[in-house]
Amino acid sequence: MGVVSGQDAGVEELLPLPAATFHILMALAEDDRHGYGMIQDVAARTDGALKLSAGTLYRSIQRMLEQGLIVETRERPAPEEDDERRRYYRITTFGAAVARAEARRLTQLVRLARASGFAPGKA
Amino acid sequence: MMALYRALLRLYPASFRAEYGEEMCSIFAGRRRDATGLFPTLGLWLAALEDIAVNAVRVHGDILRQDLAFIARTLRRSRGFALTAVAVAALGIGATTAAFSITDHVLFRPLPFAKPDRLVRLWQNQGGYGHTELSPANYRDWKRMSRSFEEMGAFGGQAYNLAGDGEPERVEGRWLTGEVFRILGVRPALGRVFGPEADAPDAPATIVLGYGLWQARFGGEASVLGRQVLVDGAPHVVIGVMPASFHFPNRDVQLWIAKTFVDADFADRTDTYVYGVARLNRDISLEQARAEMRLVAAQLERAFPNENARTSATVDRLRDELSPEARLLPLALLGAAACVLLIACTNLTHLLLARAMVRRKELAVRAALGAGRERLMRQLLTESLVLALVGGALGVLIAASAAPVLARLVPHSLPIAEAPPMDLRVLAFALVLTAGTGIAFGVLPASRAGHAGVSGLQEGARGGVGGRRERARSTLVVAEVTASVVLLVCCGLLLRALWRVQSVDPGFSANGVLTLRTALPQPRYASTATRAQFYARVLSEVRALPGVSDAAYVSGLPMVMRGGIWGLVVPGEAQEPGAQPPASARFVTPGFFATLGIPLRSGRDFRDSDTREAPFVAVVSESLAERHWPGQDPIGRRFRFGGADRTVVGVVGDIRVRGLERTSEPQVYLAHQQVADSSIIGYTPKDLAFRASGPPLDLLPSVRSIIHRADPQQPISDVRLLSDIVEGETAPRRIQVRVLAAFAAVAFFLAAIGLHGVLSFAVTSRAPEIGVRIALGARSADILSMVLREALQMAAVGLGLGLLLAYIAGRGMEALLAGVRPADAATFLAATGLSALMTLAGSLLPAVRAVHVNPVDVMRLE
Repeated sequence: MGVVSGQDAGVEELLPLPAATFHILMALAEDDRHGYGMIQDVAARTDGALKLSAGTLYRSIQRMLEQGLIVETRERPAPEEDDERRRYYRITTFGAAVARAEARRLTQLVRLARASGFAPGKA
Repeated sequence: MMALYRALLRLYPASFRAEYGEEMCSIFAGRRRDATGLFPTLGLWLAALEDIAVNAVRVHGDILRQDLAFIARTLRRSRGFALTAVAVAALGIGATTAAFSITDHVLFRPLPFAKPDRLVRLWQNQGGYGHTELSPANYRDWKRMSRSFEEMGAFGGQAYNLAGDGEPERVEGRWLTGEVFRILGVRPALGRVFGPEADAPDAPATIVLGYGLWQARFGGEASVLGRQVLVDGAPHVVIGVMPASFHFPNRDVQLWIAKTFVDADFADRTDTYVYGVARLNRDISLEQARAEMRLVAAQLERAFPNENARTSATVDRLRDELSPEARLLPLALLGAAACVLLIACTNLTHLLLARAMVRRKELAVRAALGAGRERLMRQLLTESLVLALVGGALGVLIAASAAPVLARLVPHSLPIAEAPPMDLRVLAFALVLTAGTGIAFGVLPASRAGHAGVSGLQEGARGGVGGRRERARSTLVVAEVTASVVLLVCCGLLLRALWRVQSVDPGFSANGVLTLRTALPQPRYASTATRAQFYARVLSEVRALPGVSDAAYVSGLPMVMRGGIWGLVVPGEAQEPGAQPPASARFVTPGFFATLGIPLRSGRDFRDSDTREAPFVAVVSESLAERHWPGQDPIGRRFRFGGADRTVVGVVGDIRVRGLERTSEPQVYLAHQQVADSSIIGYTPKDLAFRASGPPLDLLPSVRSIIHRADPQQPISDVRLLSDIVEGETAPRRIQVRVLAAFAAVAFFLAAIGLHGVLSFAVTSRAPEIGVRIALGARSADILSMVLREALQMAAVGLGLGLLLAYIAGRGMEALLAGVRPADAATFLAATGLSALMTLAGSLLPAVRAVHVNPVDVMRLE
């Protein structure tokens, strides 16, 4: 669309990430995936606790594309795995940086929670 | 099943659907295959419904946010455009909202009473005389004999002297029977209202205060309840205070007095002074009530063939107590506002079209970058809605600030507040109007841009103007010219009507005359001699003030008291029974004619010796003398008037008793001392008038102390210059003209801008053609006439249509025109001249620019 260029926006401006966005970034950490693949990956990763709905998924994808967190990739996977009707997405460097920053933020948060005795583990 | 899912996906924006719809369908299809059995399938559908409902709203929100951010950026870049568009929208929406608020207030909004659609007024209808008040006896019998009403009540009276607790003052008030407050169903703000106990003959006299009077005179203190005050000299107890929103029967009334009819009131069935009000039974229609009342009146006519001769009954809704003029004005205003709005919308369309042309390349680039046509249109439409919303907010402010002026257009006869309220109802109207405006002026440019977006890059960069497109623009200009001509003509017609009314000679000379009222209360001043003493003392002292040339008392000032019409009998004249020629009767002190500057044509003025012991005399107006004694000397003629035989001793000029715009009955003046003791208050002079050589208001403090010395308990009210009273006659007209002139000026201005916009756009886009013509040897005059011809063509079509529509509009508002013909030639000529001027003004700059097109520059750009 080119209406909003997310690349200009700093990493910090996007934090905290919506849960769905963070999960999608994690799903794309290793492999390019299509939408349905992301839903399956997220479900598997969370032992079925989080099932992204189609609407939430594609709304997130649209926003992440605009923010520059992911791109649609033209490279297709190996023919036997390829589903021609589907679009594949890949995490960008910026997307990876944002995901790392979010992970850092959450880690710090958990550390603070431990200090106040809300979470198990060493302070 | 998939068809249903696809249908639901339509809730998403088209751009989103185009991008992801297929994949969403395939995900849903996959999940449906997995879900077997009734409950899993049901669960799947529920989840899908929730998903779509929630996310469709969010995706729309995302796009809206993006569009708004983008629009904010682009509008910041083109501030001039944004300001112009907002100002034009504000004018259009403001004018229409203001007009709506007053039309709604006067004509449509339910009255502020319980179940107001069932409230009715009752009138006697005497053959030939139209609506009149009821006599107490007829009221009592109507109430007893009718079945159509839940309850029927009566009210009447005028103004009362309020004393005790501070300065005595004259307060507009009404007496009411106990039923009236119940019929209206409004609860008091404080205390209670009159109940059935008020109808008991030995009940203590009670009053209810209006909110304004309570605040002004009693400081808004709750302790006012139970306090005793003097109303026309008699003690009354305050039992309640009505809320500020309560007005009955009109907004000037601030005091209600409990009234109980006694047997003596029912004695004279022809003495009509009671107003009837009632609440219809739940299942009775207005027509049924009317039919029943006609029957009741017919029965009473048979029972009292003399008193009730040709007397029928009329039932009207309380809401409909409006003259045709009062009904017409708000509608005319709404029409004018619609014209302004139409012009504003067409102007905005021009603005956006021109801007879309300028942005053609940008839009084309964005389309090429993948923004779909729908997405571009949506953004442009959002832009026009944003402009309309900002303009609408400003417009509401304009409408709110116009409220004090508009309030003066609200007729007095309705029980409603003066100022139209600016509440949710009006705001909702403004919002709908704003959205409508935004869409109306945004759709055409947006759809154009949508097409342009696709083809913009293929065409030549400057882009020519297609014939069809130009025709659409010309149509817009024609519409603008038409609307502004209609407004100009209507405004001109009203202005002519105002001039005509203003030039009417009232028959007296108002300048330098101050009037004030000292209504002497009964029974203190029941005897004529006591009143005469008061008048004599006050008048002699006022006449002695420096600069005062004349002073007099009269029972009713012209244009203030319009009634007081009696029938007269001239001996020897053939007359139908019950159809005596009417004349307005006024009791005056000597010196009245000199004070008001009414010329004495022959005979003499009254003298102090014209008492009850002397022969009864009268001074009549010229028209009366001419009618009854044509070609003869009226002095010494006798006629019967007001229950006594009178001799004409003087003839004076006629005056406009009923006002500048109505024909008045001939006048009969009677001597103030030739009145029986204890006669009703309307017979006694109450208005003091004096003529001074300097500013008469400077003498007011001296006059006040003169009256205070004569009677310390006597309130003074209605201090007014006679010239203000005469000017008050044309005040509504002046406001009408001012408001319509404001609308016409806005329309005129906007139409000129519109013409200018279209022509300069045409010149810009035809610059190459003009350049070629110049290069081929066309002279400046040829180019000038080419542009002007185009302007004149549009203006001529608009003018023709406008004059035609204006004539139709003028016919519609003939009631407001005071006899000026709707086809008034001068007005139509003036409007034609003005629109010619507007055409020239609008086309001047573009024409000059066309002449200065440099063929070399144009060619190079091509």
